Order: sequence, then C-alpha cells, then structure tokens
Amino acid sequence: MAVQVLGSRDVVRASRERQRRRYGERPGIAYLFLSPWVLGALLLTVGPMLGSLYLSFTDYDLFTTPEWVGLENYRNLFTDDSRFVAAVWVTVRYVLISTPLKLVAALAVALLLNRASRAQGFYRSAFYAPSLLGASVAVALVWRVIFGDLVSSPQYALLVIVALAVWQFGALMVIFLAGLEQIPQELYDASAVDGAGWWRTLRSVTLPMLSPVIFFNLVLETIHAFQAFTGAFVISSGRGGPIDSTLFYTLYLYQKGFNEFRMGYASAMAWVLVLVVAAITAVLFRTARMWVFYAGEDR
Amino acid sequence: MRRFGWHVICLVALAVLLYPIAWLLTASVKPANEILSSLRLVPERVIMGNYAEVFRGMAGVSVWRFLANSLIVSVGSVVGTVVSCSLAAYAFSWLRFRLRNVLFAFTIMTILLPIHVLLIPQYTIFQRLDLVDTYWPLILPKLLATDAFFVFLIVQFMRSLPRELGDAARIDGCGPIRAFAYVVLPLTRPALVTTAIFTFIWSWNDFLSQLIYLNTPKNYTLPLALRLFIDQTSQTSYGAMMAMSVLTLVPIALFFFAFQRLLVEGVATTGLSG
Repeated sequence: MAVQVLGSRDVVRASRERQRRRYGERPGIAYLFLSPWVLGALLLTVGPMLGSLYLSFTDYDLFTTPEWVGLENYRNLFTDDSRFVAAVWVTVRYVLISTPLKLVAALAVALLLNRASRAQGFYRSAFYAPSLLGASVAVALVWRVIFGDLVSSPQYALLVIVALAVWQFGALMVIFLAGLEQIPQELYDASAVDGAGWWRTLRSVTLPMLSPVIFFNLVLETIHAFQAFTGAFVISSGRGGPIDSTLFYTLYLYQKGFNEFRMGYASAMAWVLVLVVAAITAVLFRTARMWVFYAGEDR
Repeated sequence: MRRFGWHVICLVALAVLLYPIAWLLTASVKPANEILSSLRLVPERVIMGNYAEVFRGMAGVSVWRFLANSLIVSVGSVVGTVVSCSLAAYAFSWLRFRLRNVLFAFTIMTILLPIHVLLIPQYTIFQRLDLVDTYWPLILPKLLATDAFFVFLIVQFMRSLPRELGDAARIDGCGPIRAFAYVVLPLTRPALVTTAIFTFIWSWNDFLSQLIYLNTPKNYTLPLALRLFIDQTSQTSYGAMMAMSVLTLVPIALFFFAFQRLLVEGVATTGLSG
C-alpha cells in the first residue's frame, strides 16, 4: 500500500534515509564533530595561506594598508639582497650536513641496540632523551656556553648548530629500531647460511629491508631541517652572526617580518620556502623509485 | 664477554651523549668564572647563589610567574589539542560524509606545510582581534585542531578499533554522539595520552610563536625569560642562566621519567620525530 501512495522515488529516498540512520551516517553529525577542525582549516590554514600569497605581492608594514607591488619582493630577493643569498646558502649547507649526519648517527646506534637484551629498553630511552630536551632554549644556551669560542668564529658557528641537531638523533633512532625489529629473522638465517659476513648482511639484507623507513626519515628530516630556528636564534643572539654565518632562512624571515616589519617581503620568503620544500620533497619521491625497496613488490 | 663489550660501548656512547646535560647540572652550582673557564664536570666549589639569583626574578618579574605562564600555554594547548583532534579524528575515521577523503588528504598535507607561510597572516588576524601579548594566539589554534599530526595519529588509532563495537553500540541504540562518548573515546585513551604528552612537551619547548606573540616580560614564558639572558653580556649572569636552564628542563625530565615507555612507543609506532 505504502508503495502506491508514496511513489517509487520516495521509497528509494526513504530506504536510503533508513540505511543512513542505521549506519549512523547523517552528514550533519559528521560536520558537527568536524566543526573545530573546519574553522581551524579555514581561518588558520587556508585563509592565511592565501593571505600570505597576497601579501607577498605587496609592501606591508602591519600598520598601513598593504600596497600592491607585483613581483618586486620576489625580484628583490633574488637580485638585490645579498643577505637573502647568504641565508639560502647557510640553510642549504645546514640541511646537507646535518640531515645525513643525523640519519647515520641514528642508524648506527639503532644497529648497535638491535639485539635481544634486557637492557635494550633502558638504552633506547636514554639515547632518545636528547630528542626531547634538545629543542629547548635551555639546551641551546648550554651549547652556546660549551662551544663559546667556536660560536664566535664565522667558520665554525654553523657546525655548532649542526652538532646540536645531530645530538637529537634519538627519535630517528627509535624509528629505525622499530623498523629493524620488523625484518624477518629468516632473512638473516638465510644470509648466514650463505656465509655472508656482517657487512654483506648489512648491505644485502638490512639496508634494503629498512629502506622505506630510511626514506620516511629522510623526507621528514629534510623538511624539518629547512625550518630550523631556535638553535640559530639562541646561539647567534637572534642576529645570525658572526658575519651572517648562522643566518638561517627562518631567522632572516623573522628579522624581516618582526624586526623590520617588512611583512610583504617576509611573506614572499615564506612562499619561496614552501615551494623549495615542496620541490625537494617531490625530487626525493622521484629518487625513491631507485632505492626504496618495498617487500613483496617486484623491482 | 661479547655481551660485556656491548654494554661498554653503549655506556661510553651514552656518557658522551649526555655529557652536556650532566655539565649543565653541575654548572648550575658553579661560580660564573668557573662555568666559562672549564668544561670539567665536578665543581671546584659548590654554590647555591645561582638558584637564589633566579628566584629573585628577572626584569622585575618572579620566576614563578614565568613558570605559571608556561603552564598556562602548555596545559591550554594539551586540552585544546586533545579535545579538538579527537572530535575531528572521530569524524574522519568513524563517520561517513562526502568530502571525507579530500579533507583528510588536506590534513595530511598540512603536516608537511612549513608554518612560516601562515605566521604573518595569523599574526595580522590576532593583532586585529587585539590578542597579541595574550596566550590566545598560542592556545586558540590548538582548540581548532590545527595540529594535523595528532589528528592523523588519533585517526590511525580509531581506525584500528574493531568495527563490531560500532555495530554493537548501534544495536543498543547509541547514535554517533553516544557511540563516540561511550565506546570510541574510552578505547582511544592510549592515543590521547600520547597526544597529550607530546603536545605538552612541544609547547613547553616552543619558541618561535611565543617569541612573536608575547611582548611584555610579565607575560613571558620560561623560554622567553631565558632569552633575556642572551642579551646580557655580563659574565656574572652565566650562573643564573645555567640554574634557570635546569629549572626549565625539570618538567620535561619528569615527563620523560614518568612516561618514557609511552614516549618511545609513541615515536616507534607513529614515526613522529618532533
């Protein structure tokens, strides 16, 4: 009876509605749960991204209205600002030195700790500790005092900050260790039967099996390193000296934006950073095909 | 014997690694000239004056005030992140809506987005709202689930919960809201604890956003108060600087000792490296 009265379209709608009720899938409820996230995404992420893109084409000092200048900020960055060029090189050098060193240190210690022992848990926690402490201003100050003479040398100041970054290898080490524990014992047994030594096993079993984890850490660490700030700020008193040798990209961005109030210029710098980080991530993913090995996948 | 050798190597490596922390601890009870002149661990003379100086305050503000300010920021961040991220994560993992995959992909993307591209417009917004030099710019974003990483972490966890639980809840007449409150949320506790601990430590250590938003010494958090030492070039301040550094690291150390297992497991299973 009901079918005749309601008509087929209504029946379909009603049954869909019933199904939705059954699975608790009223989209209104989902958006209710999501509402803080939606507000945050719109007001604090998407909005500001578009905002800084717009500001990057303007002259803006925070107090007067932004004045449209087209590509001038970008042009000045690359043709008329030697400190920007210095900041780029400092940051590139920092990324190129600190990332591999940190990964190697993390991997070495993970290999060292990867054995059945009751003490393993203790060592793992202890080596991890600097990762929690190292991001603080307090530890950066300690570095500043311990490496006092090196900090004031234009040649070595950057290396002091590199040392501070490498010192925090613990978190990566924990991730590597978790990866190492996933490698099936049969592979090691087979490699032992074949008479492979430690080095050969490392190269032919451990590293290929660990390569997805290495890749994951490499990508995150690289992105992270481009944005390093606190160490450089504290160790150089916020100036990036001596003679701009520790003028990290983000530190220069901070100086331009919040010391000189050149917000448009700083926004242009932020967008250059985003594009560079995106490009490098894309390149890393490209190279991954050559060296990252996923078990169970044909190469 | 090989076992013994392994312990020796591990312990020596640890001693080297943790030397700066040990040095900081003893430096905090050394006179300033000794701090600067040697990297020796054992003090020639133990003094408590450095701590006394710290507790006399800085720039006319008591150190307890800095501590309270840091706590406001960190606790506010923890509450905001845990609440907002678990709400969002529930929607992403247990509810179905049309834009789900697109919005979740967007969340993942923002994990990798350098915050510097948001910094200046966010600052302008908070300046317009007259909230600069308050704690709102540091806490409000957390209340709006902008820590995408934790949304991701909690989603992963909620997805791993057995679906049958949801069906059972439904049969018992729970709607999505009660299923969240009585079934999903209690089971998600481990992920929420991990989120809370990391949020606390990261906001405790955070420097850049506090540096930008807090301008007057009475609103300073501990990292900003420590920064005041950077500008002082007089030798005598080094002792107090070391003492105050120790004090700012104490809460992190406490968290570490209390939750080391959870922290390490959290890193191992999610790959969050800070």
